[in-house]
Amino acid sequence: MTTSTTRSRKRMRLSLRDEKVKGLIWQVLVVGAAVAVVVWLWSNAIHNLSVRRISTGFAFLGREAGMPIVDTWLPYSPKDTYLRAFMVGIVNTLRVAVIGIVLATVLGTVTGISRLSSNWLLSRLAAVYVEVLRDIPLLLQLLFWYVLMQGLPGARAAWNPVDGVFLSNRGLVLPSIPIEAGQLSVLATATLGLIAFYVLRRHLIARQVREGRVHHVWPYALLLVAALPALVSWSLGVSWAVAMPALRGFNFVGGWTLSPEYFALLLALVTYTSAFIAEIVRSGIQAVPRGQWDAALALGLRRGFVLQQIVLPQALRVIIPPMTSQYLNLTKNSSLAVAIGYQDIVSIANTTLNQTGQAIEAIALIMLVFLTISLGISLFMNWYNARIALVER
Amino acid sequence: MTSVTDEPQGQRSFSARSNRNAGRRALRWLRANLFASISSSVISLLLLLLLAKLLVSLGQWGVWDAVWSVPGNNTSACRAVRGLGACWAVIPEKLRFILFGTYTYEQQWRPAAATLIFIALFYLSSRPSWWRRELVLVWATALALIGVLMWGGILGMSFVSQDRWGGLPVTLILATFGLAIGFPLGIIVALGRRSRLPAIRSLCVLYVELIRGVPLISLLFMASVMFPLFMPDGVNLDKLLRAQIAIVLYAGAYLAEVIRGGLQAVPRGQQEAAEALGLSYWQKNRLIILPQAIRHVIPPLVNTFIAFFKDTSLVLIIGIFDLLTTAKTAIVDPAWQSFSVEVYIFVGLIYFAFCFAMSRYSRRLEAQARST
Repeated sequence: MTTSTTRSRKRMRLSLRDEKVKGLIWQVLVVGAAVAVVVWLWSNAIHNLSVRRISTGFAFLGREAGMPIVDTWLPYSPKDTYLRAFMVGIVNTLRVAVIGIVLATVLGTVTGISRLSSNWLLSRLAAVYVEVLRDIPLLLQLLFWYVLMQGLPGARAAWNPVDGVFLSNRGLVLPSIPIEAGQLSVLATATLGLIAFYVLRRHLIARQVREGRVHHVWPYALLLVAALPALVSWSLGVSWAVAMPALRGFNFVGGWTLSPEYFALLLALVTYTSAFIAEIVRSGIQAVPRGQWDAALALGLRRGFVLQQIVLPQALRVIIPPMTSQYLNLTKNSSLAVAIGYQDIVSIANTTLNQTGQAIEAIALIMLVFLTISLGISLFMNWYNARIALVER
Repeated sequence: MTSVTDEPQGQRSFSARSNRNAGRRALRWLRANLFASISSSVISLLLLLLLAKLLVSLGQWGVWDAVWSVPGNNTSACRAVRGLGACWAVIPEKLRFILFGTYTYEQQWRPAAATLIFIALFYLSSRPSWWRRELVLVWATALALIGVLMWGGILGMSFVSQDRWGGLPVTLILATFGLAIGFPLGIIVALGRRSRLPAIRSLCVLYVELIRGVPLISLLFMASVMFPLFMPDGVNLDKLLRAQIAIVLYAGAYLAEVIRGGLQAVPRGQQEAAEALGLSYWQKNRLIILPQAIRHVIPPLVNTFIAFFKDTSLVLIIGIFDLLTTAKTAIVDPAWQSFSVEVYIFVGLIYFAFCFAMSRYSRRLEAQARST
């Protein structure tokens, strides 16, 4: 009796109809096929590389790059190594991505709220803006802006809308504040003040909840974030003089210059992404039930307060996940820079690839950089999303 | 919201009284929608001022000061108004190159016919009443027909090789084949990502996250530079085909995520009921789960199609002659060099027409889904 049941169970286990066996076979087949394809491709690559006498590995990173990079924040000369050139490229990518994300969020939020405006003209114009920008390829928009930039008058006839701002085919020139060592300690004081204020604010709010009396927080904000850094700045004698750019000969001296490539790329990325962000913000605000407005207004709260404290926190929960993917898109789209010759990581890797023939390594580096940036943005936004998520019991 | 244009036709008469009524109604509409409060009035006036300024300068550049045609290749009339007026003469001059690239000039009716077949195919596929099994057959026939038209070599049509294809048909081919192959791929990967088998699940996660984590350009670079390295000796795939493979892989990963969202929206009871009926894994998914899952995600799917259609323009960077590349190349001609803005606007309108039609369509589907 017992022997027969164990035998039948054994037969069951080995049967092809058993879910576990079937699953195992499927997995072995699929993974085996994937591994076989990868091994086959890899062996081909090894063979082809040896035929073409290309050495694999990242040793080329230590060699002299010999490629000129026009627009850079890091000190760089063509005599530097490929590694240094890659660092410059990464900084250039981040410079577009970070500033682009900030500007696109601001512009997109304004446009998204405009679309919900009771003013017919404003909401229609915002709708047209969104529709036009969303339905034309970003690369086309980028080329368009770049051609417009190149078509601008030269430095001597630069368009000068406000004092100190010049737009010409040399790019956009803005007034700047020359960097000084003393500024750093002022900024550090302000940061410390901000952190102290944040801790204090939590404490005060907790006390307010406990005692039921209103404690004003703004005097502390004024003291910690504004007065204290100002005092430090005054005592150290730090200069915050704004340097106005001026035309000397054929070019601008002083100020902060955004190259035409950088400016066109930033403009294209910001306007294009802002159209998508506008839609996200609009649907996020619309997702908050009307009853929330009505209830808050019935409590006698002011409209601005209701928007800020009741509606937006709820809308944010809907907004954050799609917003994250827009930020990732903007970062990835910054790689279109290669089309207009702004030297971001993709463009520099591409030049490296053409100079050295190290195709696999160069493309692997691009992917590594973007995967890291994407992961960083995702982690940050997931953390933020978890922070604002609805806590249910 | 009340609007003057919403008036039913029958109430319109030409008597002075109803005219006055219409005027009053218009005034009321203006007050409600443009001048409801002081801040709203200020915004309206500012916007009107800006709009007027913009329209005047655009009208001056694009219409009044524009040059619509020039004799032969002599662009001196265009150069005279450079910076003041548009040179629309560049469009008819370069139209056939922009639309069809370097395709044999006398045979260009063939890419034109292929484009029309594509548009007819999209139109047919957009009607829910046509979503039947026969549609697969229609697609296969149409794509085969397009292949015959583009390549030729039979029925008295001369052979035209892929490296001479260009313009709008290439954009449509990249997008359509990318979707036609990427869609089934996406379904399989989405199912794999929800599979109970850990090895298959992690393989699918790896594929999707790797592709979505990097820009499309790096995939296209891979296709154009790395792909030949990975092939055995003697195998030399065409550049267009390599780009097509990259685009299929890219589309597959993004579509898989959309479809996975749909799969998650199907209640678990459906799975269990299908299993209780004794259906196999594939039967269960094909007959019960996928039809419901895909219906849930039709609007986001159309949005992915739009994004994807625009993204095909990135092949410009690896030198494939799609619509954007032909536009950019058309103005390399020294005589027409400085009129790229006009050409970009024209090509932008073509892209806009396709994408706008799709986004309108997705909005209509969404409205239908909400009403049922």
